Amino acid sequence: MIGELFNGLMLMIWKVLTDQPDPKADFLAALPERARPLVAAILSITPILMIFPGLFAATTWLERKGLGRIQNRLGPNRVGPFGWFQPIADGLKMLTKEDIVPRNADKVVHFLAPVVLLVPTLLAFAVLPYGRNLVPINLDAGMLFFFAVGASTELSIFMAGWASRNKYSLLGAMRAIAQMISYEIPLILSSVTVIMIAGSLSLVAIVQHQAGYTFGLVPHWYVLTPWGFAGFVIFIIASLAESNRSPFDLPEAESELIAGHLTEYSGFKYALFFLAEYLGMFAMCGLATTLFLGGWRAPLPFLEIVPGYIWFFGKLILLVFLFIWIRGTVPRLRVDQLLNLAWKFMLPMALLNLIVAAIWHYTGAWDFPSALLWRWLLCAGMIAGPYYWLGRGLTGRAKLVKRNYRFAD
Amino acid sequence: MQIAFAIIAALTLVSAIAAMSLRNLVHCALCLALAFAGLAAFYLQLGAAFAGWAQVLVYIGAVAILIVFAILLTRSGEGTPQPILSRSWGVGIAIAVLVFGVLAKAIMSSSLTSNSLLQKMPSKPEPTVHQIGDQLMTRYVLPLEIIGLLLTAAAIGAVIIAMKDAGKGQLTGPRAKATQMEIPPQSNNASSASHELEEVRS
Repeated sequence: MIGELFNGLMLMIWKVLTDQPDPKADFLAALPERARPLVAAILSITPILMIFPGLFAATTWLERKGLGRIQNRLGPNRVGPFGWFQPIADGLKMLTKEDIVPRNADKVVHFLAPVVLLVPTLLAFAVLPYGRNLVPINLDAGMLFFFAVGASTELSIFMAGWASRNKYSLLGAMRAIAQMISYEIPLILSSVTVIMIAGSLSLVAIVQHQAGYTFGLVPHWYVLTPWGFAGFVIFIIASLAESNRSPFDLPEAESELIAGHLTEYSGFKYALFFLAEYLGMFAMCGLATTLFLGGWRAPLPFLEIVPGYIWFFGKLILLVFLFIWIRGTVPRLRVDQLLNLAWKFMLPMALLNLIVAAIWHYTGAWDFPSALLWRWLLCAGMIAGPYYWLGRGLTGRAKLVKRNYRFAD
Repeated sequence: MQIAFAIIAALTLVSAIAAMSLRNLVHCALCLALAFAGLAAFYLQLGAAFAGWAQVLVYIGAVAILIVFAILLTRSGEGTPQPILSRSWGVGIAIAVLVFGVLAKAIMSSSLTSNSLLQKMPSKPEPTVHQIGDQLMTRYVLPLEIIGLLLTAAAIGAVIIAMKDAGKGQLTGPRAKATQMEIPPQSNNASSASHELEEVRS
């Protein structure tokens, strides 16, 4: 019994590492019939619970080092070589801190908010395809599931802000909800283009649809089409806002609101909020990878021998790095700028992108010479023209001149 | 299966009762969101994944947030304590029973529950997202369009109400919002709530 289990476990790890189909079968066969469904579920959940918080720890290090580099300083360098053990030190610090709850706070809701935030954020990882055979659940409506659990995090931010009985908390929560509602629309509309072209809500089918290479060189990822590129850019901007990252970090703007809905949280509850925020960012990056960057597919045909999960996590970490880079580069928006950008620019562009995706779908039937070129030019022009005019129109015909730096040169 | 049903049913009923009877309006709204989640769990248990997740997306993601915003923007502080049972509870129960009766009659007399149709189907049909989309775009396209038109009309109406107010008061933009939050209007009806929400969004 023990030997069989051990063999099954080793075989399972080997199959996961080499991305073979049905890695759990041998391990489950050694178990009694009744225990199998439960153990199968635990075997799917455990890696998600281990890998993504681990990635969170690594990302805090990467973020602090990256921001330090951008701001011309060293970043953490005291704990371990190159400050590698800084996340562990931070975690211990959070654990040992006193948990302070304001006297007037609504204790139950105040306690529940971080938990209610973390659970849906973790659920979102259940539908992402990490490799050819590494899919926790292949839901028929996978994308709907992802957005449904993402939408239920808004209520928990409200719970945190309201239960704290603090004006900064409440203002921060209201800002966060207004921002999340506004940016959810371009986020979902830009993903709808992918659904239209792939013809499925299942993320596995969407990755399947991006298989193959043109001329044996250029992968069929959606980001390499005009509508896909526009959709990808809209998606990334909207997911920056959804995960409350700079330049959209108004809900937690330190200089205005202390820390928004996090103001009255301390100790490990604060750490849970922090964790949920980063996990939400990873989930968004994972969805962007799946929808637009070909998911676990390799960028070149001869690289397909490398297991898919390496490509998936490579693309995910690249996107996370992009987020860190943007945070170090772009200043924070004002509230009116934020909402204007969402409703006057992103929403029209996302709606236009839907039409372009439809045209792209129907022009796929063209078969005269140089049809591909004309199809490309038509779709790219339909996006670039309105982008230019809308952008110019919204800046109010302000003259754009070169900026003179008095002190920074 | 029975145990899961019992747990979900108990959760939904208890949170629905709590949503009616708690004193704090925000607690009521949160309990209502829990009741919505229980309904979504019912749909999922019945194998209707699309309906279940759409319920979560629309009701917990949007309707609960709208209710919470309406409560925050239309009430100042705690308000005067009122008895939990409203004076017209008898009429309320009568209307509830009437509505339940009409709905039950409609469901019982629909073609879905008649025996002939059930016998024709050898097993429970498994509705896929693809089939639902297909039906919505072919057979039910007209009702879908009408619902879309209705929602657009409602959105335009809300925008018009919000615009009128911005013209009357001298303040516009974020300052106007701030003053309105300090002196919230006492009316509690739905149109003012939606208009407040619209203003926050715009």
